[in-house]
Parts: sequence; structure tokens; C-alpha cells
Amino acid sequence: MESVKSNIVALEANEAVASVSHRLSEVIAIYPITPSSAMGEYSDEWSAQKRKNIWGMVPRVVEMQSEAGAAGAIHGALQAGALATTFTASQGLLLMVPNMYKIAGELTAFCMHVTARSLATHALSIFGDHSDVMACRQTGFAMVCSGGVQEAHDLACISHAATLESRIPFLHFFDGFRTSHEIAKIAMLGDEELRAMVDADAIAAHRRRALTPDRPVLRGTAQNPDTFFQAREAANPFYLACPDIVQKVMDRFAAITGRKYGLFDYVGHPQAKRVIVIMGSGAEAVHETVDKLVADGEEVGVLKVRLYRPFIVDRFLDALPAGVRSIAVLDRTKEPGGVGEPLFLDVVAAFQDGQTADSPRFPQQPRIIGGRYGLSSHEFTPAMVKAVFDELKKPRPKTRFTVGINDDVTRLSLPVPDDFDIEPDDVFRAVFFGLGADGTVGANKNSIKIISEETNFHTQGYFVYDSKKSGAITISHLRFGPRPIRSSYLIRQANFVACHQFNFLEKFDIVGYARPGAVLLLNAPFKTDEVWSNLPREVQQQIVQKKLKVHVIDAYHAARDAGMGARINTVMQTCFFAISGVLPRQQAIEQIKKAIQKTYAKKGEEIVRRNFAAVEGTLAHLHELTVPGDVNDGKPLPPIVPDEAPDFVKNVTAMMLAGRGELLPVSALPVDGTWPVGTSRWEKRNIAIEIPVWVPDLCIQCNKCAFSCPHAAIRAKVYGAESLAGAPAGFASMDYAAPDLRGMKYTLQVAPEDCTGCGLCIAVCPARDKSTPKRKAINLAPQAPLRQSEAEKYCFFLDLPEVDRSKVRVDVKGSQFFQPLFEYSGACAGCGETPYIKLLTQLLGDRLLVANATGCSSIYGGNLPTTPYCANREGRGPAWSNSLFEDNAEYGLGMRLALDQHKAQARQLVQQLTGSIGEKLAGQLLYADQSGEADIAAQRQRVAELRQKLASLNGSPEARQLALLADYLVDKSVWIIGGDGWAYDIGYGGLDHVLASGADVKVLVLDTEVYSNTGGQQSKATPIGAAAKFASAGKASPKKDLGLLAMTYGNIYVAQVAFGAKDVHTVRAFQEAASYPGPAMIIAYSDCIAHGYDLALGPEQQKTAVASGYWPLYRYDPRRRAAGQNPLQLDSPAPNNQLQQFMVNETRFRMVEQKDPDRYKMLFESAKRQIADRYALYRQLAEPPQAHPATEGSATPSTAKAAT
Amino acid sequence: MNLETTYMGLELAHPLMVGASPLTDDLDTPRRLEDAGAAAIVMRSLFQEQIEGEQYTSAQHVEMYADSFSEASSFFPATDDFAMNPYGYLEQIRRLKAALRIPVMASLNGLSTSGWLRYARLIEEAGADALELNVYHISTNLWETAATLEENILEAVRSVREAVKIPLAIKLSPFFTSVPHLAMQLRTAGVDGLVLFNRFYQPDIDLGLLSVVPQLRLSDSSELQVRLRWLAILSGRINTSLAASGGVHTGADAVKAVMAGAHAVQLVSAILKNGPAYLKTLLTEFKQWMEENGYQSVRQMRGSLDMTRCPDPAAFERGNYMRVLNSWRDTPKFSDGQVPQ
Repeated sequence: MESVKSNIVALEANEAVASVSHRLSEVIAIYPITPSSAMGEYSDEWSAQKRKNIWGMVPRVVEMQSEAGAAGAIHGALQAGALATTFTASQGLLLMVPNMYKIAGELTAFCMHVTARSLATHALSIFGDHSDVMACRQTGFAMVCSGGVQEAHDLACISHAATLESRIPFLHFFDGFRTSHEIAKIAMLGDEELRAMVDADAIAAHRRRALTPDRPVLRGTAQNPDTFFQAREAANPFYLACPDIVQKVMDRFAAITGRKYGLFDYVGHPQAKRVIVIMGSGAEAVHETVDKLVADGEEVGVLKVRLYRPFIVDRFLDALPAGVRSIAVLDRTKEPGGVGEPLFLDVVAAFQDGQTADSPRFPQQPRIIGGRYGLSSHEFTPAMVKAVFDELKKPRPKTRFTVGINDDVTRLSLPVPDDFDIEPDDVFRAVFFGLGADGTVGANKNSIKIISEETNFHTQGYFVYDSKKSGAITISHLRFGPRPIRSSYLIRQANFVACHQFNFLEKFDIVGYARPGAVLLLNAPFKTDEVWSNLPREVQQQIVQKKLKVHVIDAYHAARDAGMGARINTVMQTCFFAISGVLPRQQAIEQIKKAIQKTYAKKGEEIVRRNFAAVEGTLAHLHELTVPGDVNDGKPLPPIVPDEAPDFVKNVTAMMLAGRGELLPVSALPVDGTWPVGTSRWEKRNIAIEIPVWVPDLCIQCNKCAFSCPHAAIRAKVYGAESLAGAPAGFASMDYAAPDLRGMKYTLQVAPEDCTGCGLCIAVCPARDKSTPKRKAINLAPQAPLRQSEAEKYCFFLDLPEVDRSKVRVDVKGSQFFQPLFEYSGACAGCGETPYIKLLTQLLGDRLLVANATGCSSIYGGNLPTTPYCANREGRGPAWSNSLFEDNAEYGLGMRLALDQHKAQARQLVQQLTGSIGEKLAGQLLYADQSGEADIAAQRQRVAELRQKLASLNGSPEARQLALLADYLVDKSVWIIGGDGWAYDIGYGGLDHVLASGADVKVLVLDTEVYSNTGGQQSKATPIGAAAKFASAGKASPKKDLGLLAMTYGNIYVAQVAFGAKDVHTVRAFQEAASYPGPAMIIAYSDCIAHGYDLALGPEQQKTAVASGYWPLYRYDPRRRAAGQNPLQLDSPAPNNQLQQFMVNETRFRMVEQKDPDRYKMLFESAKRQIADRYALYRQLAEPPQAHPATEGSATPSTAKAAT
Repeated sequence: MNLETTYMGLELAHPLMVGASPLTDDLDTPRRLEDAGAAAIVMRSLFQEQIEGEQYTSAQHVEMYADSFSEASSFFPATDDFAMNPYGYLEQIRRLKAALRIPVMASLNGLSTSGWLRYARLIEEAGADALELNVYHISTNLWETAATLEENILEAVRSVREAVKIPLAIKLSPFFTSVPHLAMQLRTAGVDGLVLFNRFYQPDIDLGLLSVVPQLRLSDSSELQVRLRWLAILSGRINTSLAASGGVHTGADAVKAVMAGAHAVQLVSAILKNGPAYLKTLLTEFKQWMEENGYQSVRQMRGSLDMTRCPDPAAFERGNYMRVLNSWRDTPKFSDGQVPQ
């Protein structure tokens, strides 16, 4: 065959794999799930750009409502004869399992790609291990594993080709994040090569098997005991033939590309005595270590498993060195209670087979031990590999072990040598610490591309992110070297360390990453000669000891000069090239400019101009620091968490905060995923550059600022003047103005170290200075000078007594005197979701259970190390939990059912024990009203009394039982919270069922109109005209009317709210939903970074959304029927003409306008029509009912009431 | 009766044309305007700062949150063909050119020197028959002199003039200390036409919100007078075409503008108020007046009441009320000391 040119490019495995599968498919069904989402996004993007597959057709990409839906769509496409693919991971893969059995059972050629990821067990984890794919090994799919980016690209092609020839469907997988998100320089397969790989006859055969009315056959029968078994066995020959087919395809691939793969690839000493068997990215770290150990004279080797299913015993045994004496099988998954993990068991069984044959292959049965490593992307380093080989050397090694952690409980872990570092000096290693918003990662990705294209170096880039969404740290690990890079682990000793945010030096041991003599680049907001004295003492010490060369730049200054605002990426990238010496300086600068031109030329000359200015202006700001010999003038590092933090926080959380969580021993961690609440208060993040400052003279005490704060970082209190004793200097206080609590004092206080500086509070403040109206009752001021004094005030403020809940009128203002039991979450600055959750915890937090769907709200709600749900002084607070993405409504219903059972049993016991409890107390416990704050307090008092009585009953079984259940006599509120991806798409079936059940559960839909957490993919809540991923040309179909669907049941309370437009309405809806004796749903408009505008303007934008009819406000309260009223109240006026104004403010709409003005105009007109029609419909529905007598015994509200 | 006029070298059927406005954003309205008899149209301004500002903020919003969280490396679809650029505008020039027979003029608004040339060239390449530069600039800088400001304008004009060959007009604001001198310099710098004058958003105060809100009110005939003055002062003395813009709402208004010296009369508010067909009404009124008053051609009428030809040129000079004394001045003298031919 004629030689084909391969392109050398730097990209991540997700792109490398998608590039193959997009070109080899006709139908691609997708659904976003981390870390596989990017493969779907690439496919969608390419199809939108009309990129063709190798047969000249643009593949059809369709987003489904769930992975189960994607699998179903794929199954259908395959049956109808298409070449199809999909991408998924973790829970998503599990949702595909039922269809995978079908697809395999029908011997269907199909290849899917999986970024292997942990399954949620005691906790969700988005990171990489094999627990998901291992849960599919029984489906009948062939399974192929890749260990790196080039392999993922190549084996994707091999899998697509092999499935066609074998008729066995293929699951091709590679490690989530470690491989899927690693950027490496690879040789890309051209279309010609792909064409040469796939067998046209096999495709024709696939087509001939298609279901078609032209040649009808029947598939999907139901079989009985007589034949099912035999039919199942009938497929055996295909599985027997499959491995040889795969090897044949691999050989063909080698002939075409020169890159050789085997079903099992052995690397190492030809007569190795000790061998590790492993698959995935970990195999590369073992490979690298084996090379080093063999060079040092050790007889070791590694067997990489590429075709894991069908597992072919002969080939496996043949691949091992004959003299092997001991084997460690490493699994990246855990099968609790099993004899061993899956790969280990396969290896043991293989030897069982091989050795009992007539002529044993191995003179001596090797000892086989099994171990777990790297769960959830836990680091797996050469030192750990060394530890495993060392274990194999022992006369009596651990038969089951773990490596990489310190297991001080079951003592399974192997000791790992501290000082085993094998990275050769000719590999350049650089680590960069950046802030999410400063563009560090993007610039580094760009640098890798430049170095890949401009040098012969092999390259690798890997990026580690924070678990917080605002003020998040990013760590970039870049390697460049003369040989292929197999180091599938983070850099620990770098030649170049860059700290792009000066204050990170206080929080992380950044200089610890520098090897002796390394270059340190600091972005410091000081003059060069002031930098040294501003470094913490520990940092100074390391710089001196390691003899680091330090360069400093005031990058923010340089970026501002170039008109780049706070984007320091270009400036820092220029610095990196200027001082690292990876490329000649001038050449590097030209390449940076070329890359800028390429990236931005189409997006706008102005951006190119400003970036060029940044490149050109940088060097004038860059200075080498003369390192003094002494370290005496630096301040010591502050503790990670304050001394008064609880022990658990100090011992466990603080380690995680410092980035040293992997050192925590097993014994330090909860056994069942249960964690203490309210830990976010111990993490003082100090990410705001400016914070609000209160001006009491101007304040009208409306509390709107506190209401809209997404992070509960500005709070109001009313309290008695006597509490002011001991107030710190400058603590501001004023007379409380309203009549309800006259005579008390009022304070508005900012949490200076928890505020994100989003400015929402300022935007909503209605009080202006009469003579200088730009001055409001709160104004932004720089945080640093205020930090200490405000922190002291805030501390005092928190200690002020909480208001008597029963004395406060519950409205916008009153609600803000209640303690938020959701504070300082990691949500984005200006998040539009969290104000609703915070309000909910203020209104009902002490009796609230939350079932939370996976998504943004589960991440900022429950992602460790610190979490925001907390308890009040009595120790009560929201009980929060996340089950899955798809089952949240059901999860919440289950909570309700349990509460109801507990309560019913408690009531029964109260009745039984009435004699001992007393008629009066028992009667009140059973029948007292619990609708108001005072009623709840009274019931709690009664329960306390009850407990006292029960204590005196000498431990009768009933009394003991009642004591256990007594708290359930106080009403609890169950809230089911999730985003639109959950409510409109994946969870809709369950949500609909639960709402229809009539159960007393409340649903809060935080509607951002896209899948926010996974990066802005369209959901059925996405409106007409908005660009979203999978709808990049602008969504053409209207938003699903979830509220209207729920209203059709007639007995569900439904409200649509937007706090920024009408906060009073929001509060009322929450109160009505809470008090409604049956199912209720609130759909809450939530601004999101995926809308593309400054979120401080969110409330204004919400006002326009409501005024334009884009987001009508309403409440549907079935209780109103009893009074002869229409249940539906339309709470916003008819659409005015502001739709255009609303849309043009947001990038999601503007993108469509820019891209295709005609299409935008068409979509805009269609949106306008739809809005008008919807309003007309609502208005009709909301018209007063005809005068007819209320029907007796109608479904609501009497039955709903009776149900409680 | 001959209604023809020449504006910047372009032969127009009559002086009534459509000024820069959103009326040209689609194809339907321009077609209706042409049907109603518009002699030419000027497109809405392409705002250089706006393009650049939008480029910048959109890029910021798209990139700000990119690459900062594990689960999502971006929050918007890939932006390869999301171009914050003037291509939509240029495309509209092409489409208008294809759809209409009358001249299509583009308008470019900006003041900073970067960007001008590129956009001007692109506009020319897209096929515009002429280019109108809009240089409205509000100086809030205590140290910026009138001379600097004027020099900036001239510099912009010179560079655009060098870059494009199509006729070039400049639309001025009335707020210059010496309009005639500036006009003369602009002529030297190469402009072919002067459009008098710009109308802008003016600030208004929202008493409820205690905030300032920009307002654009449609013009009425009262705004015509300031145009008449400067048209008359420049007419016949500056070798450029002149266009009246702002305040023409009746056929009589148009007649006045032409008599004061306008080669062309730009209409916007009148059409926005009354619809494209109103242009026909105005044209009819205009013709009717000429007929009734015995004018043979527009050329005959144009400038007939400018400062060089009107019976009382001092009226154009007079800034304050004073008693009009016919005997006060025998020979009209002009501020530049020239005596008209």
C-alpha cells in the first residue's frame, strides 16, 4: 500500500479517540458524563462543521435524555444497519448495561469508548479507575484497554475494525482523566489509513444483517426453557475466533503504521523472575520503572493486557517469560468481599488452565498475588511499582495487598520507598500553579502544542483542578523529553515551577515541587525589591537551600497595560518561554504570536491586538530576583485551619486542604462515607479582591443583599443592645427600624474571608446616597486592608444571639434574620442557584431532608474537602444526601416514606403509652398544629417533655422504642433538589412518578437551562435561540414546559420563580410549597456562567427575563379551588418588548446571532411567538373559574390533606 | 422638471435619500424604500468600538471559566465560527447591493486609529458605493484640546482616504468651534462630502432610579434650523458635496435644505415614524412645491438661499437676537475675510 503521511499533533485522548470514532461512524448517540463528555462534544462540533466520515457522510450526532436512552438509540441504529458509536463512563456505563447484553447477544458489530471512572459507592468520584468497565465484563462485549494517548487513538481504530470482522461488540476503554485528559504528542491516523483498516466486506455483511422490510427477519424474541440455553451457547464460536481476529487487525495496523500491538504485550527482562500484570495507564508507569530496574540489573518485567475480554489463556501464558517465579496482578478496582479483583482472578484461572494441561508451560507454578492501586486516580508512581516488585521478592509476600495508600486498619498496604525517583535529567518538567479564571491551563495547553510542533521532543500535559468552582486553583504538569513519555503520574520534582497567584504560596507547598537549582517564576504584586520580604519564611528557606533561580513579574500590571484585564495567561506564557530555555526566546515569541493569531483571528482583531501587546510588553516587567542569603524577614506560614477547629477538621480536613490528602491513613477516614457537616467555615479562602462594606447611615434594612448572596457571606441580625458588650472596635450597629422588633439593634456584616467578591449584593442594594447616588448602603472596597478587622467583627457577629424565630415575620427581610444553614459553598461567584438553597435552609433548615441529584448542586453541596450544609446552635440542620443523577425524585420519596413510617409508629406508641405520658401531653403531641415557627418550637418542647417522662418509665420496650422515634413527631420537610438536566431529562420519568404519587415531597428545580456541571450541554430546558453544546447553531425547539406538565395533574403545587425579578414572590412560593399538604414543585430561574454575562447583573437580567415574558412567574395552588378560585395565579405581566434586550445581553444568544444572523432572526421570531402563545395559554388557564359549585370530594385539596 | 442631483460624484434621481439607521438591517425595508423612491441609502453605522468591545467581552465570558474545573473544560460550544467581527455587516452590504439598484452607502463609526483602515477596506471590497465616516466623540478629558481632537479626526480621514477609492463622506456633530475651518481641512484631507449633522443618544435622568439613562428621541422639524445655518455657510465655498441630516419631516423641509445648499437630504426619523411609504409623500410634496413655485431643476434651486446668494446673509451669522438693521452692513463680509464672488 502507498505510504500515507501521519500528522504529528498534541491532543488529549478524548480528542484522539473521538477523531477516529467520528470518522468511522454514521450514528453517534451521546449524553454528557465526566470524563467522557468531551468525546461527545468533539463529535457534535465536527458534525456541526460538516466534517465527514471516511465514507463521505457527516455522522448524525444525537443527544439523548440519559445514557440508557443513548444505548437504546444505538441499539436501534445498529439493528437498522448503521455503524454507530457512543461515549460514556461510570454510572452512565451502568445505565447502558441492559442494552449491552442485547447488543452482544445479537452479535452486533459496535464499538463504544469509555473513559474508565470510579462508580459512586461511599461517595461519588469523577476520577479514573476500572470499577465501571469491570461491571461490564459479563455483558459479552469484547474489552480493549489503552494505556496512553497514542494507544487510545490506535486501539480505537483497531477496535472499530475488529468488531466488524468478529461481530462481537467492543468496549474500548482508557483511564479517565489520566489518559482521557492528558495531552500528548501523537501521530494521527489519516483517512487513508482508517480506510485501509476497516474491511469493506465486513461492513457489507453488517448491512446485510440489518432489519429491513425488504428482507424481514425477527430479532428480540422471547425464548423458553427449551431453547434459551442452547441459543446462548450458539454464539461461542464467535468468541473463540475473536482474539485471533483482533491480533490479525493489530498486525494489519502495524503493517500500515509501524506501531505494533499484541493482545498481551510483555516488556522487560527476557528471563524475568518477577512480573507485574496490569492494564491501563498504570502499565506505562510500570513499563518505565521496569526499564529502569532492568537497566540496573534486575530481572523484572511487565505484561500489559490489551484485550481483556475475551480473555485468551494461551496467548496470555505465551506472553509471559517462561522462568517467571512470582507475579503480581494489579487491579484498578475493588470487589469487596471477593476472593480477589477481576484481573487477578482471570490470571489465577489462566494458570489453573495452563498448568493442568498435558505439558505445563512453566517448570514451576509461579506464585500469584493480587493488589489494588490507583482507585479514583490515586497516584501510582514508580516508587509504588518498586514496592510491588520488592514484595514479589519476599519469600512470603502478601497475597492480597494495596499500594499507594497507608492502610493502618487491615494492613494490606505495601511500604513505598520515599526516595525512589527515576525521572531522567533530560526530561524537562514544569509545574504551574494558576487560578481558574487566569487562563493558566489554556496557555499551557498552547505551550505544549507549540513545543510539540517546534521541537522533536515528546510532550505530555496533565492538569489538576480544584473541587471548588469559584477561585479555583489549577496545577499544570508539563513534561518534554527525547523519548516517549510513560510517566502516568504527577511531577514531584520540577526544573521549572511557576506560581501565578502570589497568595498560593501561603496555602500550598509550591516551592516543594522545585528540584535543586530549578527556576522559580513568581507573579508578585510588588516591586521587585519588595518581593523577598513578602515571601513566607518557609518559602525563603527552600529557595535558599535549593539554590533556586527566582524570576518575578507583576503580571496583573503587565496584563492591564495590554488591555487584558485579569487574564495573565499570555503574559505568564511569555515569561515561561523567556526563562525556561525550552525554545530559543525569539522563536518562542513568534510561535506564541502565531498561536494567538490562529486562535483569535476569526474571533476578532482586537483580541489579537491585545494579546500581542501582552506578549510584547511582558519582558519589560520580568526581573530576576537577587536571592539574599538570609531568611529572617519572612513571616511564618499561617496554619491551614484555625486552632479552634474540631479535631477531625484539624487532622483530616486540613490535610486535604493542604493538598496532602493522599497521605491520610485508612484509619483517618469514615468507614461508610459519613462526614461531619459545616466544614466550609474552616476553610478561609480569601478569594475576593474587593468585598462589600456597610454604610449604616444609608441602609434601609431591607436585607436584599443578604437574600441574594450566593455564599451566605453577607448577613443581617437583630439583637438586643446588651449583646453589644465587648464588641470589637468599629463594629457597626444601628437601631432596628421596623415595628415588629422595636428597640433592638441591627447589624449587617460581611464575612470577609468567605466572600467571593461577586458584587451581587451591591447590585441589588436599593439604598443610595442622596448627594452621590453611585454610593450605596454597601460598596466594594479592597479586601486585604479590611481582612483582619472585618474577620474579627464577623466572628463577634456570629456569636450574637440568633433571633427568636417565632417573633419574625417571614418575608424577604425576615427570612434573612434566620441563620443560613448553607454557607460558603464552592459555587461560582455570582451563582444563581445557591440563593434559593440558602433561603430554603433559612426557612426550613432545622427540619429539612434534602435528596440532591448529581450536578452542580451536589458538587458545591457535597464535594470534599469542605462542605456548606451546617447545623444551628441546637445542632439541627439539613440532612443532605446525593444518590445518583437519575433517581433523585425516587430517593426523596423514599426519605418521605421512611419519615411517615417513623412518625406513624411514634404516634402509635404515644397512643399506647398515653396512660404514662398523660392525656394532655399525648393529645398535643398527636394533634397540635405544626404549621408555624412557634408551633414547631412548642412541639419540640413537648417532645423534650415526652423524653423526660419516657426516661422515668424504667426502660419498657415501648418507651425505649418511642424515645428512639420521638423526634419524628416534629414535622420534617423533604426537598428534592436538582438541576434541569435531572428534572427535564434524565430524572423526568421518576420526577413525574413521584409528583403523581401525591406524596408530601417538595421539588426544587434549579433551572440554568443547560447541563451546567458538565459544561453547558443543552437540556430540554434550553430555550429557543440559545447556543449550547450539542446545539451550537442555537436550539430550534422550545423549552419544555415542566410546570405546565405538572399542573395537569391538578393536585400538585407548582410555582415558577426568579428571585432577582421578584424576591417577595420567591419567598411566598417557598412558604406555600412547604405548607402544601402534598407534592409541590418550584422551578427557579438560575443565572449561570454558561449564559455568558457578568453575574453581578443577574438580578437585572432576571427582571428583563420576567418583563419580556421569557420567564413568566406563576403559582398554581390547588388549595385555592376550595375557595372557588382558579388554582393558577399569573404573577407577572404580559410580555413587553424586551425579549431582544434580554437575549442580546447573554453570550449564549449572541453567539448564534454572530454566527448566523438570519438563523438568529428566525429563532428570535419563533421565541417571541412562543412566548406570546405561552402567555396567552397561561392567561386563559388562569381565568376565574366559571361560577359552579365546588365539587364535593374532588381530588384536592381534601384528599391531599387526608394523605398526611 | 429635473430632480437630479450629484452627491459625491454619484448621480442621484433626486436629493431624498435614507440616512444611517436600522432601516437597512434587512432586505425587505430597503426594497420598500427603493420602491417608495429613495434615491440612495446609508446603512446603519458599523461601530468600531462596539465590535472591538464585544470581541473582548465575549471572549472574556467564553474563556473566563474555561479550563478551571475538572468536569468541564468549557461552558460554550466551540467558538471557531463564533466570530465577533464585521462579516455580518459586510454580508449585508453585498446583499443590499444585489437587491437594490440605488446606491448603497456604508457608515463607519469610530475614533481610535486602530481598526479604521481595515474596516474601510473591507467595506469597499464588499461593494459599497460610498462610505460615510461618523466621528462623534464626547471629550470628557480636561486636557484634550480642540486642536488635538480635530487633528485626530483629520488623521483618521487621511488614512481612510488613502485606503479606499470610493467616495468618502464625513458626518459631523454641530459642536465644533469653527465648522468652516474644519470643513476646509477635511476637504484637503480628501473627503468628498459633509453630512450635517449627527444626532446622538443624549443622557436623561431617571428620577425613580436616580440614574442616568441614554435616550434617543426621533427628530422633528425644529432641528432643521441648525442644519440650514451651516449648510448655507458652507455651500458654494467648500468644494465638497453637502448633505442635510436631521429634522427633515416635510417636503418643505427638504426644499429648505436644498436651498441652503444640500446636494442630498437624509431622512430617518420621518420614515421611522411614518413608514417607508412616507418617502413617496415627501417626494411628492417636494416636487409639488417646485412646480408651484416654478423651479425647473434641483440644480437651479440648490444653494439659492445659501450665504453667498441669500438677500440677508447676516441672518445666518446672527447668534443672538438683535434688531435687524438693513442698513447696518452694505456688503456682506465673512469671518474669513473673503468677499464672495
